[in-house]
Amino acid sequence: MLLSVDGLCKTYASFPNPPVQVLHDVSFGLDAGQALGLVGESGSGKSTIAKCLMALTRPEQGSITYDGTDVVRARGADLLRFRRDVQMVFQDPYGSLNPRMTVEELVGEGLLVHRLEPTPAARRDRVAEILRTVGLNPDDRGRYPRSFSGGQRQRIAIARALAVQPRILVCDEPVAALDVSVQAQVINLLQDMQRQFGLAILFIAHDLAVVRHLCERIVVLHKGRVVEQGTRAEIFGSPREAYTRALLDAVPVPDPAVGRARRRQLQHQS
Amino acid sequence: MHMDRTFQGSPTPGPNATTLARAVGLTVDMPVQLGASSVRIVDGVDFAIGVGERVALVGESGSGKSVTARALMRLDRAARVSGRVEFAGRDLLALSEREMTQVRGGDIAMVFQDPMSFLDPLMTIGDQVAETLRIRGVGKADARRRALAVLDELRVDRAAERLDAYPHEFSGGMRQRVVLAMALVGEPRLLIADEPTTALDVRVQDQVLDLLDDVSARRGLAVLFITHDLGVVAGFAERVMVMYSGRIVEDGSVDSVFARPRHPYTRGLIKAVPRIDQDLDRLYAIPGAPPPPFARPTGCAFHPRCDAAFAPCLRDVPAVLPVEGGRAACHLHASQGA
Ligand SMILES: Nc1ncnc2c1ncn2[C@@H]1O[C@H](COP(=O)(O)OP(=O)(O)OP(=O)(O)O)[C@@H](O)[C@H]1O
Ligand SMILES: Nc1ncnc2c1ncn2[C@@H]1O[C@H](COP(=O)(O)OP(=O)(O)OP(=O)(O)O)[C@@H](O)[C@H]1O
Ligand SMILES: [Mg+2]
Ligand SMILES: [Mg+2]
Repeated sequence: MLLSVDGLCKTYASFPNPPVQVLHDVSFGLDAGQALGLVGESGSGKSTIAKCLMALTRPEQGSITYDGTDVVRARGADLLRFRRDVQMVFQDPYGSLNPRMTVEELVGEGLLVHRLEPTPAARRDRVAEILRTVGLNPDDRGRYPRSFSGGQRQRIAIARALAVQPRILVCDEPVAALDVSVQAQVINLLQDMQRQFGLAILFIAHDLAVVRHLCERIVVLHKGRVVEQGTRAEIFGSPREAYTRALLDAVPVPDPAVGRARRRQLQHQS
Repeated sequence: MHMDRTFQGSPTPGPNATTLARAVGLTVDMPVQLGASSVRIVDGVDFAIGVGERVALVGESGSGKSVTARALMRLDRAARVSGRVEFAGRDLLALSEREMTQVRGGDIAMVFQDPMSFLDPLMTIGDQVAETLRIRGVGKADARRRALAVLDELRVDRAAERLDAYPHEFSGGMRQRVVLAMALVGEPRLLIADEPTTALDVRVQDQVLDLLDDVSARRGLAVLFITHDLGVVAGFAERVMVMYSGRIVEDGSVDSVFARPRHPYTRGLIKAVPRIDQDLDRLYAIPGAPPPPFARPTGCAFHPRCDAAFAPCLRDVPAVLPVEGGRAACHLHASQGA
């Protein structure tokens, strides 16, 4: 197991109200090269898990073990290696890229920070190569993020994360802000990266239809607790928990007959 | 050289519906930031909405859905709106600003794309819902009573207590209900809902759709539902209009549009919805991105992304022609005489 999360607990202070515990004993594992879906409704704690993973916040209990080292307590070289090996892509392709940096600077930043390509020429080549990999034109490297569409910006964010050759990509709702017509471009790209480079992906989403296509394994989170986890076939074929079924049922199906039948059923219940 | 794209005859609502609202040759030009020139955002759109009819307006980001909706209500002061907008037989573009104020929040109400920024954080829920009525001269006690009734209708638990709560005390889904209540309290005949569920998670989205479905059926309320996701409207709308780069490219009953989309763009939008009930090795994506309005391609604006494009598509804007179950603007159908 490449990454293992064990017994994670996280409480946020919310003065003057009493503190709220948003993660309760969360455990799951991610294998090398695997795409794992982390699903749950808004507020269930998905982003908090991502923040703990990225060491952006500290859980008060539990451990996160990456390739043998405990990340929560890691320092120095171990921490640096982790910071390179685990990269993140955020939900908002508008807010997560510095608008004053060119595509080349954005994508090349990690190479500089981790001293991966010593010369400017080598960095340039590497950036061009990555841009091509994610389906962007290397000639656009001098442009600023705002002149790209939402889908393209998310490609820039993915290129930026991939530049340092990570082993794990944590994606927090990477397509939630995109039109359905282009979200598939991003999902397909992630799938290609997983297959081509053996990249492991932790894919956070509330839309299970997207998760079904990308992830071999799924963890269902409800109010900060893992209520069910299993393979794609298990979760979509025979979900055990009522909560998982409710999440599955809420996904709209692009078929008028199915949609109407479902509405009638809901009306019947209420 | 410019082909006649006017709809053959006047636009009609779906079968068995009496026309409530109608746009004919609706065109919206927006001033460009600098200089006196303007950009055509909506380019001669025709459509009708029947009494109590639920119509979806679907298209990618930037296609002009919100600008169209706002033009119906004359909300953008800077916009130059031309063509005709009729509501219950009246020409809205000819009304005075004062008469228009009566229409907004009266006969036509709108729920905006970003409900959070629409709510006043310093005003109680009850006051905000009642305000629509107060502006129109309804007394305080009466307005409050009606606000409560609408919140109840929208299944807000303990609505009476919550009249005095503030927006920050509500979850996203609850806030969306409050915004809906503000729109519905004036008993409109047409509700324009601009991406009311896009920011919500799937379960809350489902609940809001269910509520809208319920209210519309009970009140005989017509709904123009705007979204970029065709999946969302399949179970809700009776009719779907598809917009691309400021033009309507297809319009038909949900059943015929989903079963037999005529425009390649519509086909792409349907295929792009990831399905929870199917295993696919690869998701379908429409290649490329929609053009900005100032760089609208010649001919059919979709042609650079279309795998079925042929010579006329690059040259002529396709006319909106009747097809079985609706109408479509695609040269493939024009040449086949379909
Ligand atoms: N910095 C913070 N301080 C206090 N509470 C927080 C903080 N960040 C998150 N929370 C709370 O923790 C809970 C979990 O939030 P989190 O962002 O992890 O949920 P999520 O599953 O990512 O939701 P979404 O789908 O809306 O992104 C929520 O109730 C949220 O309000
Ligand atoms: N006030 C304005 N002035 C100038 N251009 C505008 C104005 N409002 C919108 N536009 C432009 O008009 C086009 C259509 O915008 P509109 O908001 O109608 O798109 P939309 O279909 O609602 O997209 P979305 O799904 O992102 O909401 C866009 O290119 C937008 O930049
Ligand atoms: Mg989140
Ligand atoms: Mg819009």
